[in-house]
Amino acid sequence: MALLDVKNLEVSFGLRSGAVKALRDINFSLERGERIGVVGESGAGKSVLGFSILNLISQPGRISAGDVRFEGKSLQNLNDKDMRTIRGNRIAMIFQDPMMTLNPVLTIGDQMIECLLAHRQISKAAARKIALQKLMQVQIPSPETRLDQYPHELSGGMRQRIVIAIGLLMDPDLIIADEPTTALDVTIQAEIMELMLELCERNNVALILITHDLGVVSQVTQRTMVMYAGRVIEQGPTNEIINDAQHPYTQGLINALPQMGVRGERLQQIRGSMPSLQAIPKGCAFSNRCDYASERCRVIPEFTRSGGCLVACHMVEELVAQSENKAQDGGA
Amino acid sequence: MFAFLIKRLAQAIVVMFVISIISFSIQDNLGDPLRELVGQSVSEEERQALRDELGLNDPFLERYLRFAENAVQGDLGTSYFFKEPALQVILAKLPATLDLVFGATIIIIGFSVPLGVYAAIKPRSLLSKLVMGFSTVGISIPVFLTAIGLIYLFSIELGWMPSYGRGEAGHIFGWDTAFATTDGLIHLVLPCITLASIMLPLFIRLIRSEMMEVLQSEYVKFARAKGLSPTRIYFLHALKNTMLPVITVGGVQIGTMVAYTILTETVFQWPGMGFLFLEAVNRVDTPLIVAYLIVVGAIFVITNTIVDLIYGLVNPTVKLFGGK
Repeated sequence: MALLDVKNLEVSFGLRSGAVKALRDINFSLERGERIGVVGESGAGKSVLGFSILNLISQPGRISAGDVRFEGKSLQNLNDKDMRTIRGNRIAMIFQDPMMTLNPVLTIGDQMIECLLAHRQISKAAARKIALQKLMQVQIPSPETRLDQYPHELSGGMRQRIVIAIGLLMDPDLIIADEPTTALDVTIQAEIMELMLELCERNNVALILITHDLGVVSQVTQRTMVMYAGRVIEQGPTNEIINDAQHPYTQGLINALPQMGVRGERLQQIRGSMPSLQAIPKGCAFSNRCDYASERCRVIPEFTRSGGCLVACHMVEELVAQSENKAQDGGA
Repeated sequence: MFAFLIKRLAQAIVVMFVISIISFSIQDNLGDPLRELVGQSVSEEERQALRDELGLNDPFLERYLRFAENAVQGDLGTSYFFKEPALQVILAKLPATLDLVFGATIIIIGFSVPLGVYAAIKPRSLLSKLVMGFSTVGISIPVFLTAIGLIYLFSIELGWMPSYGRGEAGHIFGWDTAFATTDGLIHLVLPCITLASIMLPLFIRLIRSEMMEVLQSEYVKFARAKGLSPTRIYFLHALKNTMLPVITVGGVQIGTMVAYTILTETVFQWPGMGFLFLEAVNRVDTPLIVAYLIVVGAIFVITNTIVDLIYGLVNPTVKLFGGK
């Protein structure tokens, strides 16, 4: 049984001008200990996906269709109290900006211990011990002192380590990390990513890594989902997606990365920008920016299997069909 | 802490200096003191002689220095009406006024925090809308109207509450207060509600809007993701942050409330400083007016210092202890 199973998930935000769908038809599953990357531009719905798993989408958003199953149990029908036994306990979340994630008026120790006390019947002293141990796991120097300090006394990298330590407190089965390194300096980014990878591997924790950094995805995850305008447009093994992207959008993202050894050339960029959710083109949402778009793109593309990947693109569908025909002709 | 208090003391001296100049200028320009001192039969020459003798014809600076020298020693002049030291007259009325301010503060804190928090957590509920509606109305009704309305309803129509006076005052730790007796408490109810009615709507709205902002913050979302109970999220994580700006505003408002007691005390015939002040103005009792201004200024400085101390305790990013 998969650890997490997301089926036909749809999230909509009820606005005055009508409901806007921030996520549509999201399908994926995650095995125990598996790490999956979710990439896409800002506004693609990556963060909403992360929050919707824990049913924490801010108002007026709500899950309007589909289901999220955790260890085979639907999280949709849980009441608030039962949902809290999952949050922070079985599924932990790490946020983007460590400067904003920790409460400025509570000590690090308070913020760690309260999480343990919310889920376990243990004494404060025992909770403090566990907190200390987790701080050591995330390699924070002099953890004993940190427990009594306030967030503003620590650097950004240090705070993100503490946020990660809070995530690890209850030894969760799944961590959802929403751009955990975006707000940090580049050298710290690499350290934090390495630390997360190591901790996930050691404790066999599954990871959903939400990011727009393809470099980080290739370093950490086994599988990748590429999102565009609220839909998954390509998913498959990370190395296949990085080295042999099928969808024109994914290709565009990868071509836009600076490469070592290529000097003096302009980076290629995808023309235009992602449409607002209220103005998504009919059919394939990417069609208005795509170099290969044609009449057929007026219809929403189905997923086509291409190698190890699933791709939602008419062009890829045709190419795959052609090569299959050729293979059959050659065989005949 | 010590450095903070020293700094505060220096600021207080500056503030008190400015207040003393203002009050002295008022004293200097509020009619002719001789008219109060002598009768109509005294001739102009005799008046001039008396002015010279009293030093009223000396240059402004000289007179101010003389006034300041006495003031520093606690002598703010003698009340024309009571024939007693003005400061002593004022301070005798201070406990009654503080009773009012204290009672009103309790009402404000007791109602604004739960109502403001509720209105922030459930902005769409009927109660929230009612509270917000009433607070809009409350802000726009003048104090004396509230007071008269309350007296009409509870004293005249229903006859539950006395309509004026302070009742019997008792003593708590040697401090003269109406809180010590049942009669005093009954007399306190209406004036305290009246005084609180000015600030209460403001605080409800302030707490609500601050709280709503805090509830949108990342750390509240993170607290939810940690699986904490709503009670802990609302009343620890969110409320503690909400109260920071509220405490700052609160300090200033409590000071302002001392000034608002003038109206409340007048309507309820409450024997406090504000009532006395208004009488002093009518009698052109300048030393008393000056003493009132200086005492109120001092109360302002003291409350603000206390509030800053409390703020420092709540907000860890403010360092009162040690520092540079």
